[in-house]
Amino acid sequence: MPDLGFEVLWKGKNFARLLGGLGVALRISLVAVAVSMPLGVLLGLVMTRKHPATRILSRLYLEFVRIMPQLVLLFLAYFGATRSFGWDLSGEFASILVFSLWGTAEMGDLVRGALESVPRHQYESAAALGLDGAQTFRYIILPQTVRRLIPLSINLVTRMIKTTSLVLMIGVVEVLKVAQQIIEANRMSSPNAAFGVYLTVFLLYFAVCWPISLLAGHLEKRWL
Amino acid sequence: MSRELLAVENLVKRYGENTVLDKISFRVQEGETLVIIGPSGCGKSTLLRCINALEPIQGGRILLDGQEISRDAKSLPKLRQRIGMVFQNYELFPHLNALDNITLAPIKVQKRKRAEVVEEAMSLLERVGLKDRAYDFPRQLSGGQKQRIAIVRALCMRPEALLFDEVTASLDPEMVREVLDVLLALAEQGRTMLIVTHEMQFARAVADRVLFLDGGKIVEEAAPDAFFDAPQSERARKFLRTFTFETVKHQKIGGYSK
Repeated sequence: MPDLGFEVLWKGKNFARLLGGLGVALRISLVAVAVSMPLGVLLGLVMTRKHPATRILSRLYLEFVRIMPQLVLLFLAYFGATRSFGWDLSGEFASILVFSLWGTAEMGDLVRGALESVPRHQYESAAALGLDGAQTFRYIILPQTVRRLIPLSINLVTRMIKTTSLVLMIGVVEVLKVAQQIIEANRMSSPNAAFGVYLTVFLLYFAVCWPISLLAGHLEKRWL
Repeated sequence: MSRELLAVENLVKRYGENTVLDKISFRVQEGETLVIIGPSGCGKSTLLRCINALEPIQGGRILLDGQEISRDAKSLPKLRQRIGMVFQNYELFPHLNALDNITLAPIKVQKRKRAEVVEEAMSLLERVGLKDRAYDFPRQLSGGQKQRIAIVRALCMRPEALLFDEVTASLDPEMVREVLDVLLALAEQGRTMLIVTHEMQFARAVADRVLFLDGGKIVEEAAPDAFFDAPQSERARKFLRTFTFETVKHQKIGGYSK
């Protein structure tokens, strides 16, 4: 059997450090999720408004955040803001900021899509029964929107978790960065460490994201 | 003896330049079944939608029991509770089971007691033969079943008038009957109903009065027998002819061969 370099993990506190790195990645993504879910719902509601100014503004925001690669956004927030505005953001704060902005845009678009996918007839059918606007939203539109939204937003959460691997580029020491450090530090003693360590990183991401995907799939089946 | 429940006066409905309803006026007495027929695109469905203020109108007025139905009125949800409407494509709420579809509005809008509403819903379901489907979701029901649920949903609000908008038009032929039977039973109970339909035999059986609409105008207004046996206008005659078929006989033409 080839040497896959797993033994590095048991040297010193290497495995614990990897877990710590995963913790940083999860902290960034979950704080960003917690911020972007409610803001995204608000943005989605705004985006379904007919008013042209709100439509254009929200559209601009969405396209800007989505078209920019996340890495460019991270550089912009971390390096750009420091030089131009003198904001001394920590790497982690800049990451949370960027991921919240991105998550809000994505979530907003999901909410808009889910709201607009409720057919007009559902509104008419509710109106014909004498439901007023608020009752229609609460009893008819909202439950249908939420059912469509939950699997989609759970997928967004896993995407956000996975994308945090980019934040190592602005100096945040998360799981992938820790993995690189371990490999570098053991280049002489365990030259094959890369495989074992990166495989472990893969398994850690998998362990976090797979249950979330399963949940999404389960909810999708139950509600669609 | 009967009182006037609904009055439509000079109703005008336009989509842009296109006038769909052109100064329509008619009245409906309490307990009367009015059947509205006409070629597709003549504005029959639009007329029903205007009566329930689902469409804005460009002229005239619609009165329910003397009260004007208008999209601007604050009382619109209240007025709509008094008019039940059943749509061509059922439009049940997909996230609620049949019973919840039926009881939602009586409980949340009319603030009636749940137990009482459920009891009424169940007895209505029994009457349309669907008591055992009360806890099924719309996706588990056939078209005819969904439409009967939709009718019960409208009835459970105890409306004074019912609007039926081509309620059998998207049903398979064998399901049409089960829905039409429910409508016939309602007519027998003396419900006030406005029915838009393409089922001519049914129209004749159920109607107290027939409105024939064409080109956004009422072309004829008559008792069903008079209308179907002796239509006055050429347009009505032409329309009715489209529902009859000449018998094609497969005659052997003797002595003719090549």
